[in-house]
Amino acid sequence: MSIQLEQSPTTGDEVITNYTINFGPQHPAAHGVLRMVMELDGEIIERIDPHVGLLHRGTEKLIEHKTYLQALPYFDRLDYCSPLAMEHSYVLAIEKMLNLEVPIRAQYLRVLFAELTRICNHMLNIGSHVMDVGAMTPNLWLFEIREDCLNFFERASGARMHSAWFRPGGVHQDVPLKLLTDIADWLDTRLPTLFEDAMSLVVDNRIFKQRNVDIALVSKEDALAWGFSGPMIRGAGIPWDIRKAQPYDVYDRMDFEIPVGTNSDCYDRFMVRVEEVRQSARIMKQCLAEMPEGPIASDDRKVVPPKRGEMKQSMESLIHHFKLYTEGFHVPAGEVYVATESPKGEFGVYLVSDGSNKPYRCKIRPTAFSHLQAMDFMSKGHMLPDATAILGAIDVVFGECDR
Amino acid sequence: MTVLHSAPKFASNDGVIEALSVALGDVVVATKEEHGEVVLTVARDQIENVLRLLRDHHEYQQLMEMAGVDYPSRAERFEVVYMLLSVTKNHRLMVKVSAAENTPVPTVTTLWPNAGWLEREVFDMYGVIFAGNPDLRRILTDYGFEGHPFRKDFPLTGYVELRYSEEDKRVVYEPVKLAQDLRQFDFMSPWEGAEYVLPGDEKVAQQPAPPPVAEPKTTEKKADTGAGDKANDKAAQPSGDKSEKGDDK
Repeated sequence: MSIQLEQSPTTGDEVITNYTINFGPQHPAAHGVLRMVMELDGEIIERIDPHVGLLHRGTEKLIEHKTYLQALPYFDRLDYCSPLAMEHSYVLAIEKMLNLEVPIRAQYLRVLFAELTRICNHMLNIGSHVMDVGAMTPNLWLFEIREDCLNFFERASGARMHSAWFRPGGVHQDVPLKLLTDIADWLDTRLPTLFEDAMSLVVDNRIFKQRNVDIALVSKEDALAWGFSGPMIRGAGIPWDIRKAQPYDVYDRMDFEIPVGTNSDCYDRFMVRVEEVRQSARIMKQCLAEMPEGPIASDDRKVVPPKRGEMKQSMESLIHHFKLYTEGFHVPAGEVYVATESPKGEFGVYLVSDGSNKPYRCKIRPTAFSHLQAMDFMSKGHMLPDATAILGAIDVVFGECDR
Repeated sequence: MTVLHSAPKFASNDGVIEALSVALGDVVVATKEEHGEVVLTVARDQIENVLRLLRDHHEYQQLMEMAGVDYPSRAERFEVVYMLLSVTKNHRLMVKVSAAENTPVPTVTTLWPNAGWLEREVFDMYGVIFAGNPDLRRILTDYGFEGHPFRKDFPLTGYVELRYSEEDKRVVYEPVKLAQDLRQFDFMSPWEGAEYVLPGDEKVAQQPAPPPVAEPKTTEKKADTGAGDKANDKAAQPSGDKSEKGDDK
């Protein structure tokens, strides 16, 4: 009597079919309201169909019904993790149409705060990315930095998140000297301590590397074809940064490096962001060292309203103030597409003007649209838990993706 | 025009229009360079070939964005704008086609895979059809949404609103009821050619024309003023008398 091998109870007569699950829309690792319909073969992802638009608010339509200045605060509410970077594209688009000169101090202040925004955004993304793959502590430490950033925004504009501080022609208010010195101190002491501490737990961590290295490889050709930008295209090894290639404001005076990945996986994208934080700190230090004195907004009174104190003294200022806060300024007819390097990638504004005081059309290019669309091909063949790592490395925020 | 603004500075536009017009030939309908942006308008049915040529022979590797625009007064009311980026030439280019509701635009998903969602968005918001797109579903609006919300004739408030109904234990859709009228402020100065009728001006048009009279009243002579004989006599007096009287006062 030969030995009978134990048979699997399902061998032979049963066919295992793929099954479909919903990831989100209410899932903490979905970074907001993302619904992904996933087709799984066991734990292997066969297909992902991301459903976006659950946070669609019709921002672009609302902007068509507002004057140029009234439309500005909508931009804070797009990517609510990096509000000033959103405003940056919009004010530059208006200035390009008006061909409006911005005083040099305002340009420095914008670059300074755009980079502070980048640090603020990366703190959230780096923290939530490591939390998505299982680490808790770094997120808590990084949120301390984020808290500091939000305090700086509050001291500059009065609002922690929705600043509405960049205005066509400059910035809304000047910053006190104490704020600049405090930022300088913070860059020298608190930021490096907290950030490098947190990173020392992550970057060489075995578990973190196991979850990220060689996950979602994207070739250079694919990165170009799928319209990648920002850390996603730099992670793929293409040294493309709009701050360097197409400098705006005073980025052409800044000395900084563009980190690129070598392996184009989730770990590279993560490390690109880590290095960008250090480079942002470097740019901020240069801004603070070179910060010139002078006006913080253009003195073109047909675009930039006068200060309140001036308004109380001069009849002409009162008229300008009234006209600009009711009718607003008129923008010459035409169309521009202005894209800046937001922390998440290329954030563009396509503005069509018919010569009136309201935009005829304002198309917003979200960074997440191309990246999220590539979710399907990046995740194919990976395990279900890798989807959270891939999503974390995309850095997606739905306020911006869905508009 | 000197460049004063500090918006992103990409490579020079000099000669781009000439070079591309020659390369593309007669599919180019119009070209313009305005506000530092090069815009090419091309024939709708050739858009795929045009973009393929631009990608393969003119180094515009990336399709960064697609935008729909609605101009209801035009015969073909929609415009679809493709924003191209060349990372090697460091240049940006806009390519446009026009379309109507019933004239499909050839898809460019064959060239760039990310065009899929971009075309879905233009379709969702404007109702422009993209022929050949394998997955032309709605993308941003609700499941089961009707209409194309970014068209200029679609109201800002929409047609339906939804709420959670405690009785039905589910989300219900209802026609929009506004607690307060939607306030559309128009700050345009009426002295600068407002498009609406100024308050009070509408009466002018409504008033019937006065009935014709046999002898139109004129005031060529002082006696014609209609103020009565007394006044006429006074008026007929030589002007010197009047001034003397005035001095007496």
